[in-house]
Order: sequence, then structure tokens, then C-alpha cells
Amino acid sequence: MFLLLKYTLLYTVVLMLVALGGMFSERSGIINIALEGIMVIGGLAGVIAIQLMPEGASAFTIVFFSILTAGIAGMVYAALLAFASINLNADQTIGGTALNMLATALAMVIAKGFNGSASAKLDYSNRAFIYDIGPLTVNVFLFVGLAILVLSYFVLYKTRLGLRLRACGEHPQAADSVGINVYKMRYTGVLISGVLGGIGGMAYIIPSVSSWNFEVGVSGAGFLALAVMIFGQWKPFRIFFAAIFFAMFKSLANIASSIPMMASLGWTQNMYNMIPFIASMIILAFTSKKSRAPKAEGIPYDKGSR
Amino acid sequence: MDNKNKSSFGERIASSGAFVSVAASLICIVLGLALGLIALAIINVEHAWNDGLMVIITSGLKSPRNMGTVLANAAPLIMTGLSVGFAFKTGLFNIGAAGQYTLGAFGALYCAIVWQLPWYLCLLAAMVLGALWGAIPGLFKAYLNINEVITAIMFNWIGLYLVNDIMYGKGKSPMYDISTTKTFSLRKAAPDSMIPSWGMSDYFGKLQSVTIAIFIAIFFAIVVYVVLSRTTFGYELKACGFNKHAAQYAGINDKRNIVLSMTIAGALAGVGAGLYYLSTVAEWNPQVSTALPAMGFNGISAALLACSNPLGTIFSSLFISYITVGGTKLSTQYYTKEIADVITALIIYLCAFSLLFKNKIRAALMGKARRIQVGKGGDD
Repeated sequence: MFLLLKYTLLYTVVLMLVALGGMFSERSGIINIALEGIMVIGGLAGVIAIQLMPEGASAFTIVFFSILTAGIAGMVYAALLAFASINLNADQTIGGTALNMLATALAMVIAKGFNGSASAKLDYSNRAFIYDIGPLTVNVFLFVGLAILVLSYFVLYKTRLGLRLRACGEHPQAADSVGINVYKMRYTGVLISGVLGGIGGMAYIIPSVSSWNFEVGVSGAGFLALAVMIFGQWKPFRIFFAAIFFAMFKSLANIASSIPMMASLGWTQNMYNMIPFIASMIILAFTSKKSRAPKAEGIPYDKGSR
Repeated sequence: MDNKNKSSFGERIASSGAFVSVAASLICIVLGLALGLIALAIINVEHAWNDGLMVIITSGLKSPRNMGTVLANAAPLIMTGLSVGFAFKTGLFNIGAAGQYTLGAFGALYCAIVWQLPWYLCLLAAMVLGALWGAIPGLFKAYLNINEVITAIMFNWIGLYLVNDIMYGKGKSPMYDISTTKTFSLRKAAPDSMIPSWGMSDYFGKLQSVTIAIFIAIFFAIVVYVVLSRTTFGYELKACGFNKHAAQYAGINDKRNIVLSMTIAGALAGVGAGLYYLSTVAEWNPQVSTALPAMGFNGISAALLACSNPLGTIFSSLFISYITVGGTKLSTQYYTKEIADVITALIIYLCAFSLLFKNKIRAALMGKARRIQVGKGGDD
């Protein structure tokens, strides 16, 4: 039971962080399908940062600087998407897909180069990230994630920036007419999504294992987060609950074989893995009519067409 | 006299979409290779040119065997490229080619290993299952108005888990070879289901995976080209892509066409998987559920590089296959083979700007033409 809780907490934080990232981007009007790639890059940067920490660095130093590195790496990578889709009016889905492909290849090249061997597997110590509270193991990302959730809600709904961001995702022409710089707002949205995606990628990789083979990227977690975001209807707290739901099934896939009652059902890991995807499709089918997707997402903003 | 000819020629070229498209793609390729060279230099500056870029862009032709590998990998890539390109032409983004490919692989391998059917029936099974998996996002789009990209991404993973579950069957599936941890090799388990080589492998260093698959793929490319540009059906599909409402107004059933487009796109991707696995280029590993087949996503690259033109897809696929093979020939002492993937991905990222390149090329050509005309006017 604790195992289930542990994994659910772990995945909830990951999916929530990345989905919140997606939310900021899409609320500003840019479809961010590159989340998967951003996670890979962020995770890689975080892992390398941990390895490069000087011997005897305090746990806080390690955690703080590696998360910072992951966030910055994600942001820089997301800037590529922002540049293509905001400055050059490129198709956002295509740009994002290219970045996803690039991320996996790039991560393998960098990981192998860093290793100096033919293996893209990086080892690291995750001791600084994990705490035992009674029988439960939690990782530092839980606290980071909850803080970011509250912060996201606050920024999106209670600040001027949030209001402007949302305006750009709904009706950029109107936003522009009252003096909001649409390009700047969209950049902000995409860059925030890069930071959150990068941290999310690290949160996916670091806490559960102490070595990661970058050949697998993040195995679809970024796409799952995209589903979480839609399921959460582009709203922070709904995204949080959607993340819990998705995380539970993903955890079941991991631990089903070790729980006797569930093992007797005879379900395979693949089946549990399938469930969140099927569930999100069913829910999408029922809710599509009243979907609250930002109205202007995916459409390059053209000042001239106002 | 001379000037006059030149000016009209320049303008003709500028207004010809094909030339501008090809030029834009070539720019993407050259820039991508240049960025790749920079990446190689960052990793190891001494060997970047001779042992890096030159290996990537010459290895494919170095030996008959390498050429064979290029062809064997290009055939399925042409199909997934056609799949994505076909959907693009009808205004849809088929990111689900990877999932349709997965289902196609299952169809082909199941018919081959379990039922021992002849290869063309296996290929048909691949096509049908791919079409089914393509139809789903089409149905969701047409009747529930859900973006096909989202549905396709979900069904990519559903398909992968489903297929792996059946093929692995907890290790007891009739398709699963415990000794290799992959599906049974068709060369031993079902030689009749292999796509015939017609003696082609003799020309390519006895590489058994060189089969008539490449011709089948080219045949499909021509069919798709004819359907899209020479038939009413193709015109209707494209009309829906250009402007759904206008098409509706003109009496075209747009819902039916969306479903049909995705179904056909899925069928093409499914055939691609059939060509790959029935040519025994590799076996399927059902125990890896963490990554979708790269062929599906490379299809996006092939289609984009060819500006979705079916005939162009043949060449873009050959090119991508060519540099990928080149990447595998890099000396592991200096570089890793994924550098080739980096270059492909960079090229595709640049392709996202191809509209910009096209406008620049057009402007440059038109500008030149106009200058010449102005000069001529002064002479008179």
C-alpha cells in the first residue's frame, strides 16, 4: 500500500508539473507538444548537474542547483519552440515534433559523450532528494511541486501577468488592441512551460532509480502530461486531480505484480499502462462539446490580420 | 533578346511551386548538415570533417551492402512518409503513423508466423490493421471534434501496449522467441511469408533484406500521387484540407472525407511496417514498451522534407535513410550514431521555417527578374 502511495505521489508530481507547464504555454496560445523533449533535456541537465557537484556539497546545494539547472535547460530548449512558432510563424505542432525527435537524439549524444562510452546510461546519487517520513519515502519534488501548483494558480488568476497571458490565448487581437505585447506574453508562456517541463523531467528520472538510460527518453510521460492537461481543462487545480488519477494507474502498472491480490487478476503491466490513455480518450469523447481549450491556441499571431 | 528570355525564365521559376519547394528543402538540408558539422566539431574538433561529416554523407554508397541497407530502410520510410504527407495534403497532421505502423507490424507478423500466409496476404493484413488504427483519430475528429493529434498520440501508446501484450503473451505467445527475446525470425519460422528478393540481394552483397519492397513503396507513391492530383476523389480530400467550410458548401461530405483521409494514411503506414518486417530487416521486440517505432516519426521528417509531395517523399526517404546508415558507420571511437538522428531532427526543425525560406527564394527570384526587366526598359 505504501508502495502504491509512494509511486502515485511520485508520478502525480511529475505529471502535474509538466501539465502545468503545458497549461502556461497553451493559455498563452502556443501548443506545446514538445513537452516530452523538454523533459528529456531537463532531466539530462539535472542528472549531469548532480554528477558535477563537488564532493561533499550539502544536500541543499545539490538539490537547489541541479533543479535550477534542469529548469534553465528546459527553458532554453523551449526557447527554440518559442522562436520557431512566435517569431517565424512556423506550425507549432511540427516544430514541437521536431524538437521531440531532436531531444532524444541529442540526449543520447550528450550522455554518451559525457560517459565517454557507447552507453547512454548515466549513474547518479539521488540520496539528497529522498526523505523518509515514517514508513513513507517522499522526495523533495513533492514539496517543490505543491509550491509550484499554488504559485501557478496565483500567477494565472491573481496577477496582471496571468490575466494578460490568458487574454493572449483567447483573443490576441483584443489583447494587442489594449496595448499588451502578444509576442512577449507568448514567449513568457512558453518559457515558463520550459522551466516546469525541465523540472518535471528531472522529477521523473531522479527519485525512483539511481541510473537512467537516455535511450528511452522519458517514455511518453510528456505525452501523458499533455493528456493530463486536457483532462484538467487547462486549470491548475483540476490538473492536480487529473494528475493523481493518471498517476494511480501508472503506479499500478509498476507494482501490480508485487501485490498478491492484484497479481491474481492476471493483468499485465501493459494493460495497466494502457488504462490512463483509454480513460482520457473516453473522457475526451464525453467532454469534447464543452471543452475549454484556449480559443487562439495553435494560431500564429499575425499583427496585420487584426 | 537574351535579357528578355532570362527575365521571363526567372519569373516562371519563381512562380513554379515545385522549384521553390525543392530549393527550400535543399536549404534545410544544407543548413542541417552545417549545424551537424558544428555538433561534430563540438564533440571532437579534429575528426569532425574526415571521420565525421564525410563518413555520414559518403558511407551509404561505399559498398553494395551499405546501399542495400539504405534501400531496405527507405522502403518502409517512404510508406510512413506517404502516410503523413497524405494526411498533410488533406489538412490533417498524422502523428499517429508510429501507432499505425505498430499495428501493421503486428498484422504482418501474426499472419506470417502463426498462419504462415503468403507475403501479399500478410501485407494486406498490415494494411487493414494500420487503416483501422488510422480511422480512429479520423472518427474522433469528424464526429466529436477532437484534435486528431491528441487522439493519435493516445492511440500510439494504446497500440504499442496492446501489440506488445499480445506478441509477448507473458512469454508464451506463439510469436515470441524466448532465445532471442524477439519475435521469431521469418527466415526460419516462415520463409514463405518473406517478401521475395527476385535476385536483388545478389547485387547488394548478399544482403537478404533487400527485396522488392522498395518497388512496392515506389508503386504506392505513384498511386498516391495520381489519386491526389488526378482524381475527383483526391480533389475532394484536398478541398477539405484547404477550407473545410468551402468544401462543405460545395457539397463535399467533409466528415466522411476526414475519416477516409486518416484511414488511407493509416493503411499506408501499416504497409510500411509490413514491408519492413516481411523483408526481415529486423524482428520486433515486444518487451520494450518504452519507445514507439522511430519509423513512424521519421515519416514525419520524410513528408516535411518533401513538402508532402508523394514523389518527393521517395527522394526525401532515400536521403534520410542514407544519412542514417551513414551515422551507423561513424567510428565509435569519436562519435555515436545518433549524430545522424540529430542532423535529421535539425533538418526537420528547419523545415518548420520552410515557408519563410520559400518566401525569401520567391522574393529573390522575382526581384532579380524585375531588375533585369527594368534594365531592359532603360535600354529601349
